[in-house]
Amino acid sequence: MSQTTKALAAAGALAAALTATLSVPAHAQAKEKCFGVSLAGKNDCAAGPGTTCAGTSTVDYQGNAWTLVDAGTCTEIELPEMADGSDRMGSLEALDRDLPQS
Amino acid sequence: MTPDQALLHRSIVDPAAPRPDGMIDSAGRPAGRRFDVYRNNVTVSLIEALETAFPVLRKLVGDENFRHLARAFLRRHPPSSPLMLFYGDAMPDFLSGFAPTGQLGYLPDVARLELAMRISYHAADAVPLARSRLEALAPEALWSTHLTLAPSVLVIRSRWPLHAIWRYNVEVGAPRPKPAAEDVIVLRPDYDPVPHCLGPGAATFVDALRAGRTFGEAHDAATDDAPAFDLSATLTLLLAGGAITGIGALP
Repeated sequence: MSQTTKALAAAGALAAALTATLSVPAHAQAKEKCFGVSLAGKNDCAAGPGTTCAGTSTVDYQGNAWTLVDAGTCTEIELPEMADGSDRMGSLEALDRDLPQS
Repeated sequence: MTPDQALLHRSIVDPAAPRPDGMIDSAGRPAGRRFDVYRNNVTVSLIEALETAFPVLRKLVGDENFRHLARAFLRRHPPSSPLMLFYGDAMPDFLSGFAPTGQLGYLPDVARLELAMRISYHAADAVPLARSRLEALAPEALWSTHLTLAPSVLVIRSRWPLHAIWRYNVEVGAPRPKPAAEDVIVLRPDYDPVPHCLGPGAATFVDALRAGRTFGEAHDAATDDAPAFDLSATLTLLLAGGAITGIGALP
């Protein structure tokens, strides 16, 4: 494909994209920035730590040895081997090696 | 006597480390137990900072496991800056070598995405380019121009279904992730960053634009990388996300 042909095709793609986004409102100016507010419906603080007044600490429940046991949503995500076969998404290993000496 | 600063720094995140000598309270009495209270608070507050920073990671491994993981992390990577906004930037690499979660190969990429969301949130504002400027471009001019992207635009390449995993953990009723590689782009159309799944070749296109290559060079790089590269869909995503902020010569 010549460069002219490619440039024409690219211009067509841009025109299509411009048309597709015609209905997208220019809303950047319509909202006030509000620090520390969670994303709607998401268990998440978009701003990250240090941006809100997190209370001072209580107690660090610290064990001398610990294991990771299955918990959380990783147990619901079961995938077969990925394309390269090097990893398998499985469960958390119940281990007590390589642990911090605490 | 001034306590040894190196030991102070180490012992502040490690309760097994000895207390530095010479710590006294305002009345000149030994303050060892006060120091224990203080360092406990440091550990707990850093765990809380990491919980805020990595909500999806936390959900994936569960609250209790995350506390263990966070504690191990902070002992190895105490904050290097008093600003907590970007604390945890070492998390992806830390997870790559963390044996207890080694089976969950996607965790480092999830951490990368959560970091990118925060970096995007705090990135400088940029006004999207007026549509008329793009509409006025002749094909040859488009091909040889440079597109500038907003500082809040970030790309993460992943061989895991990264976007689907993220979505599954933040959106009620989202479908279960399927085994497929997904590159993700973080866009910030308003004030909150939003991750989107990128089609084949699109990450190469965006990275090439970012690297200062022309539109045509970026397009060729993307199609070389993935013949199925969809330019129109990629531009639609970038335009809708307010990602294009300039054309022409690079600043």
